[in-house]
Amino acid sequence: MTMSEGELAVAKIAFVRDSVIEPRKPPMAMTGPFAWIRERLLSSPFNVVLTILVGAFLGWVGYHLAHFMLLDAVWSGADRDACREEVQQRTIGACWPFVWERLNYFIYGSYPIPERWRVDVFFAMLAIGVVWLLSLNAPRRDLGAIYFFVLLPVTSFILLSGWDAVGLPNVDTSLWGGALVTIVVASVGIVVSLPLGILLALGRRSDMPAVRLVCIMFIEFVRGVPLVTVLFMASVMLPLFVPEELSPDKLVRALVGIALFASAYMAEVVRAGLQSMPKGQYEGAMAVGLGYWQMMRLIILPQALKVTIPNIVNTYIGLFKDTTLVFIVGIFDLLRTIEVARIDPKWATPVTSTTGYAVAAIFYLVFCYAMSRYARVTEERLARSDKR
Amino acid sequence: MSRDLTPPSPTPHVAFYNDPKIRSTFYQVALLSAIAFLVYGAVTNAIENLARANIASGFGFWNNTAGFDISQSLIYYSSQASTYGRAFWVGLLNTLLVASLGIVFATVLGFIVGLSRLSKNWLLSKVAGGFVETIRNLPLLLQLLFWYNAVLKALPDIRDSIHIPGGAMINNRGLFLPRPEFLYGFELVPIALAVGVVAAIGFSVWARRRQARTGQQAPTAAVTLALVIGLPLAALALRGFPLEFSYPQAGRFNIAGGIEVLPEFAALLFGLSVYTAAFIAEVVRAGVLAVPHGQVEAAYSLGLQPRPTLRLVVVPQAMRVIIPPLTSQYLNLTKNSSLAVAIGYPDLVQVFTGTVLNQTGQAVEVVAITMMVYLVISLTTSLLMNIYNRRVALVER
Repeated sequence: MTMSEGELAVAKIAFVRDSVIEPRKPPMAMTGPFAWIRERLLSSPFNVVLTILVGAFLGWVGYHLAHFMLLDAVWSGADRDACREEVQQRTIGACWPFVWERLNYFIYGSYPIPERWRVDVFFAMLAIGVVWLLSLNAPRRDLGAIYFFVLLPVTSFILLSGWDAVGLPNVDTSLWGGALVTIVVASVGIVVSLPLGILLALGRRSDMPAVRLVCIMFIEFVRGVPLVTVLFMASVMLPLFVPEELSPDKLVRALVGIALFASAYMAEVVRAGLQSMPKGQYEGAMAVGLGYWQMMRLIILPQALKVTIPNIVNTYIGLFKDTTLVFIVGIFDLLRTIEVARIDPKWATPVTSTTGYAVAAIFYLVFCYAMSRYARVTEERLARSDKR
Repeated sequence: MSRDLTPPSPTPHVAFYNDPKIRSTFYQVALLSAIAFLVYGAVTNAIENLARANIASGFGFWNNTAGFDISQSLIYYSSQASTYGRAFWVGLLNTLLVASLGIVFATVLGFIVGLSRLSKNWLLSKVAGGFVETIRNLPLLLQLLFWYNAVLKALPDIRDSIHIPGGAMINNRGLFLPRPEFLYGFELVPIALAVGVVAAIGFSVWARRRQARTGQQAPTAAVTLALVIGLPLAALALRGFPLEFSYPQAGRFNIAGGIEVLPEFAALLFGLSVYTAAFIAEVVRAGVLAVPHGQVEAAYSLGLQPRPTLRLVVVPQAMRVIIPPLTSQYLNLTKNSSLAVAIGYPDLVQVFTGTVLNQTGQAVEVVAITMMVYLVISLTTSLLMNIYNRRVALVER
């Protein structure tokens, strides 16, 4: 058999490979941890200096934090002498025995000791409600909403303030304190502000001029003034506006202030959600013959609130932090109990204040961080479901 | 000639209570009468309660002698001779002082942190992120109490003051800075500064016009620097440096001379600035990320260098996104300065809603005046913001 001319030409070219070379690995300097370090930490002389400076700063903060909170901290003792440098002859960090001794005060305030199980039950019921509502895969979340927004407020009110008919002695709200008050104030704000905020937002977008005007005036007024002045108004002006015998107690006044304040902010968040709904949704709902409330309840609000969840949670974070302001009108929230405890002569040392504030910081950080994580996870989930 | 083929459909018969117009009128009347009823009840109760508690009403107290001291005032104030009205202005000025300084510091810090979060340097962006997360998740009140009680009040007392190079001193009574004394002949310096600023603006306008006409660039930055800093310095040298500093001198119990910064003021200013800076950092980051990357690539492909790209393409578009939320952060800072009441800095709320309210007992008037002040500040700012937004809004086809 003879080869054709073309085949002959190919056969002669011996330097052309007939197999593929395995790809070579990229050089060490371009992949892996070395490249990452080079790229993200040491890419230019300026970056090298920056990395060293920031690293040194981080090390300095970490060193002092670790020493204060753990290594130099005092873990047991009976009174201030355990935490005084003059007595102990060493550097002293946080004074934890002060916290152990006052922990119950920080949680319950002056709530009577034999009745404190009621507070524990309240915490447990609240936790169930929160988990039920927040976990997106939980069964029957509509029942959860009824539990959280209707059943829970009523039962907790009876549980905490007492009702003689069911054998629970009355506990005056002036005895409530600590984390209990912080959580009660925050929960009331959360439970009231969402429905009220939705109503205000709907009112602001209403076709009725009088309703719109009233809602705009309320929202802009409350958002234009600091919470401190709203609380002052609630605590000194509210008693003037009601008949003397109906004068609400101190905690209720602060709750009214917080709830109104939070509602105005919530209204703006919900309004943003309502505005993001395409007009076709409204028109579609009207075309199938739904009335205003049916349209809102079945078509608009479920969609609008869903996209607003991250912003609603962010508003709740702000509200949770703002509960500390009830301190200023003389209510014993967590921060106030810490303020009271830290100036107690029994534990007066240079580190007591910092220790107390560290406890408060951990408390608020844990709660707020959990909420902001939740907001972020929900946001990502919504983004995923949008993508399809 | 055309003729309707179908007779017009008869007007549907709707019961009057189903007519949307009548319904909406009814709802509005009901709402307004409910509000009117509440207001009427509140007012009658208030009159009755005030009469029973023997509290005067009206704004007559404004001109009464105050009789209490205020630890810091920008205008003349004495407890013996000054009125409640004067105390109001002292408080308002203190609020504006801490708010305006806080806005400056928070903006600088916030931009630094926000841009650090976007840095390519991994360590820097993580540290900036950690700062933002921590500060934003702690209540401002807790931070203020910490700076005031745990940091500033824990400083050594006067005898063991910490001396800062440059003549400043810090102790648990506050921060003491050297006070500049302007001697005869110093008045030339501000004049030189004003001339320098005007000349610099004029030069940059001229340079821009010339660049638009001929394409030639001028060293605007260097000339501006020379005019604004060089001219006053030259004036200072010309008059033989008529400027001295009076340094704070520590006595046994007191410090004489220098500028005294109250620890309450320092804690409030520091706490507010740091807290707001964390929020501003997020605003800045979102604004920069909102500029699509294609804008940068387009600028590069036109041959712009990285620096002009940033200045001419990225920053103007990012600012459009940044400025509205930035203003609302400024408003938040101003409103948050009312937390001064917790650490005893004499701002509007502490002086007026605190002391004046306690002394006069006129809750309605005092709280209403205080709220009015904040409301006027807020509404004016949002009015200006709306005008700005209309100016920079993208004009679409």
